[in-house]
Amino acid sequence: MARAFDEILGGEDGPPTRDELAAIARWIETTPPEELRRRQRSAEATFRQLGITFAVYGESDAAERIIPFDIVPRVFLPDEWTRLSEGLIQRTEAINAFLDDVYGERRILKEGVLPEDLVLGNPQFRPEIAGMRPPHGIWAHICGIDLVRTGPDEFWVLEDNARTPSGVSYMLENREAMLRLCPELFRNFRVAAVDSYPDRLLETMKSVAPLGVAAPTCVVLTPGHYNSAYYEHSFLADSMGIELVEAADLVVDDDVVWMRTIAGRVRVDVIYRRIDDDFLDPLVFRPDSALGVPGLIAAYAAGNVAIMNAPGNGIADDKAIYSYMPEIVRFYSGAEPKLPNVETWRCREPQALQYVLDNLEKVVVKLVDGSGGYGMLVGPTASKAEIEAFRAALIAEPHRYIAQPTLALSTVPTLAESGLAPRHVDFRPFVLTGANMVQVVPGGLTRVALKEGSLVVNSSQGGGTKDSFVLMDDPVIAQSQDFGFGQTQTMGGMTQSQGPL
Amino acid sequence: MLSRTASSLYWLGRYFERTDFIARLVEATVRLDVLSPRSAGQAAWASALAVTETDETFVERGGEVRRREVARFLTVDNSHPGSIVRCLDMARNNARAVRTALTRDAWAAINRAWLTFEAKPAADDPNAVLDLVEAVKNETRGFEGAVHRMLRNQTTWFIRLGQAVERADNTARLLDVKYHILLPAGERIGGVVDRDQWTTILQTVSAVTAYRWLYSDGLTPANVIDLLIARAELPRSLAASVEETVDVLGLLARRTGLHGEADRMARVRATRMARTRSGEVIAAGLHQYLQAFIHENALLHAAIGRQFTFS
Amino acid sequence: MRLSIDHRTVYRFTEPQARLVQMLRVNPQNSHDQTVASWRIDVDHDARMREGRDGFGNAVTMLYVDGPVEAIKIAVQGEVVTSHSDGVLHGVHEPLPPAVFQRSTPKTAIDETLAAFARDATKGAEPHRALHRLNATVKEGFAVERGRGQPGVTAAATMARRSGTARDLAHVFVAGARSLGIPARYVSGYRLGGGAHRPAPHGWAEAWCEDIGWIGFDPCTGLSPEDGYVRVAIGLDSIGAAPVAGSRLGEGEEELDVDVTVLREE
Repeated sequence: MARAFDEILGGEDGPPTRDELAAIARWIETTPPEELRRRQRSAEATFRQLGITFAVYGESDAAERIIPFDIVPRVFLPDEWTRLSEGLIQRTEAINAFLDDVYGERRILKEGVLPEDLVLGNPQFRPEIAGMRPPHGIWAHICGIDLVRTGPDEFWVLEDNARTPSGVSYMLENREAMLRLCPELFRNFRVAAVDSYPDRLLETMKSVAPLGVAAPTCVVLTPGHYNSAYYEHSFLADSMGIELVEAADLVVDDDVVWMRTIAGRVRVDVIYRRIDDDFLDPLVFRPDSALGVPGLIAAYAAGNVAIMNAPGNGIADDKAIYSYMPEIVRFYSGAEPKLPNVETWRCREPQALQYVLDNLEKVVVKLVDGSGGYGMLVGPTASKAEIEAFRAALIAEPHRYIAQPTLALSTVPTLAESGLAPRHVDFRPFVLTGANMVQVVPGGLTRVALKEGSLVVNSSQGGGTKDSFVLMDDPVIAQSQDFGFGQTQTMGGMTQSQGPL
Repeated sequence: MLSRTASSLYWLGRYFERTDFIARLVEATVRLDVLSPRSAGQAAWASALAVTETDETFVERGGEVRRREVARFLTVDNSHPGSIVRCLDMARNNARAVRTALTRDAWAAINRAWLTFEAKPAADDPNAVLDLVEAVKNETRGFEGAVHRMLRNQTTWFIRLGQAVERADNTARLLDVKYHILLPAGERIGGVVDRDQWTTILQTVSAVTAYRWLYSDGLTPANVIDLLIARAELPRSLAASVEETVDVLGLLARRTGLHGEADRMARVRATRMARTRSGEVIAAGLHQYLQAFIHENALLHAAIGRQFTFS
Repeated sequence: MRLSIDHRTVYRFTEPQARLVQMLRVNPQNSHDQTVASWRIDVDHDARMREGRDGFGNAVTMLYVDGPVEAIKIAVQGEVVTSHSDGVLHGVHEPLPPAVFQRSTPKTAIDETLAAFARDATKGAEPHRALHRLNATVKEGFAVERGRGQPGVTAAATMARRSGTARDLAHVFVAGARSLGIPARYVSGYRLGGGAHRPAPHGWAEAWCEDIGWIGFDPCTGLSPEDGYVRVAIGLDSIGAAPVAGSRLGEGEEELDVDVTVLREE
């Protein structure tokens, strides 16, 4: 494979021409690696102390680990960000229109844009909630759209997450750590702030409350503190100043949702749920689920509560549907998609299957309903045995798989054992859709594959995270950058001096 | 506040208090043990098991009552619920469940205490045990401080309520198990007593200095009993715990506007405590008194659960 | 035909329950061959009831009961005037396209035995004929059990036993039809005959024929439903069409007692 494009150091065409990137490159060069390592350790110690941990699936004792943090930030230039945002907003609007349509009129099926059985036969299409409409017709209030990059202007959408996308707490905590550990970067670059995210999220929640509710009560619904993303759930509730509830805290009475408090019942209007559809309401979805709130869907159907994201959203971010996203965007927006999809072979189609089988060592094969980097074949790095196992699986159940070319994902310098080295990254920005506005928070979660050459960035597979800087126009990159080394140690501008003896 | 949150905070208070208590108990017992001849040392460990009501479990496991075994059992043994590590685990689980209600400081103290044990510390020789216990005590102090610095609202009140109920129980058990040392059979009160044993009791409730301040006539059983039961100046006395329970329930009632069964029970208990004279308790039977107290405390615990709809 | 229906359900709990939330699908809808003359739900507790619809278009009544509840009795009574169109549905509210009813559920999972059974029964006939053959073959090859049967019986398990309740046989039909590529669904409702005080409502199946529409099939009789049937709810399987889906807050076990009487009015 050709050398990958490095976002800061440049690609085969040489170093980047943009001043901002050159300045960041200089910061990386002039900061001694052991100093970077010290700061990185300090950040990780903080994360461990705060309990920003996740449990790894498939590990029996639910070991709590922190996700490794890399101190070198990833940088987006102002014009890049503007283009990205436009593409993200267009895509999110299409996702919302699509959901409203497939659970309502089904125009897109009637007009033959998508094969009917791909939607109606898809397990992610939930007939149980067909005909129900969320307040304000908004389904995907919080979208995490995974992007990869292959060149200066080449961004691709890898995956849409329209159910319960996670990772936003890392965006915020990573920034917090960077502000503390690398203040010189923020002195020298105008980095867009991300700390307004909780406020924007709460505004979004309030805006989608059922009609006629003046001061809506909003809550975050978590499966509980054994969940791998519990830290994030509590972090979000905490920063929004709203209750973090579990299913057992909620009761539905007379088609209205209430929470149990020490002073009696309080009516709940908006629920940001971080549990899967299956566990929302045992009367409607899985009857064996002890996690759910009996009657919740009835309250939702009656229009008495907003659930965000809405139940049934899985149909929008299904990998089989993904390959049709360009058509979906065109259908609802009437315009060409601003962000392209990665080329995708649907193995359910015989021709595509043949191509994939002939090129298994070159492509990435994914389970349609898999996630977290599981059930995935990365052809170029797979063993013969792995390839043959996937060949057999593909022939047996082709409809369960899609395949994509192996992309030369961009790299960002990353602190490895041996010093700074290029490592592949992806990016998850967060798009909020409220009753009146669609917005992209200027930042996101950059995930980095810490193993040399690896393209798998999932935290469960040894990935780490980085802060993602979005630079604002008119950056104050001073002529002489002061990165603060070899200077007097100061504390918040105060120096300690000893009194006269 | 969510009922479940209140319940978790309350249990967090209880488990953290219990952690602290066991840590002090182990510390005091190690000191007593190293000062004593072998047989007396063994008796010290046996009574430590009795105080935590784990003596039967320990024997069922086929454990031999020796310092090393008991110390491990009470500190790092993951397999029984009365060890420090398990109490911390429960405290941390409850804290995680209410992570949003705690300050970072408070959470960090709990998490650090828990991490002490994740490193699989040794508890084999007296010094290792003392180091471990010291580390735990540091974090419990840190937690106390962090709670103290938190907003004076329902969050801290429920933690304090749990601590008060637990503390009342712990101190009563400590006294009850050690009462044959305080009041040796056939021995006149004020007779010769084992100073070291007494010091253990005072150390366990951090009252060595307080005792010297409050009683000028030396170490006597009647004074120790008086201090641990009736002197509200001592935070770990029954009187102080009873008073704290009433205060905290009062604060909660003012906030929620609801008075309930737990308020009434706590107030009745406090009124009775105000009339309690330790001399009369000793005359009427210390053991019976403490058993009744522990039972009443359990009833109050249940009433709190009902009043705030914990389940 | 004028049918009167009396459907009583009693839940008894070994421990008193703090509260109950139940979803009832017990309201028949008007259609070309079915007119509801009168209908009522009575509950022997103070309860709040809310009407709504589920995603399949069934009328749903949410029932909210405060505890302590040791037992609860739900009585559904009414009269329905029926006619028939040889099992073909007309004038039914259909919010979902037939393709949705191709998916299987845990209770109607298709295994090789089931698929082979459906293939052998139909021998490549065109869909309409194939469905009638499948229905008749289930009727011939399976014993009908009275009673409510065990919960959670899968179509595959019924295949192995060659015997089951009306509900179990309907599951076999539904799974078999889907294995042939034909959309099919479960129906719960009432059926005249079999005497008073039956221990469960009736269950049968419907399948989709491109040129005809939805057609009812009752594998207990091997025929299509006629005017002795009252159609109440549909679902992917019996769980999705269950007359009562419940959730309770409290310990202990529950005991269910159902009594259904369908009579012909003169």
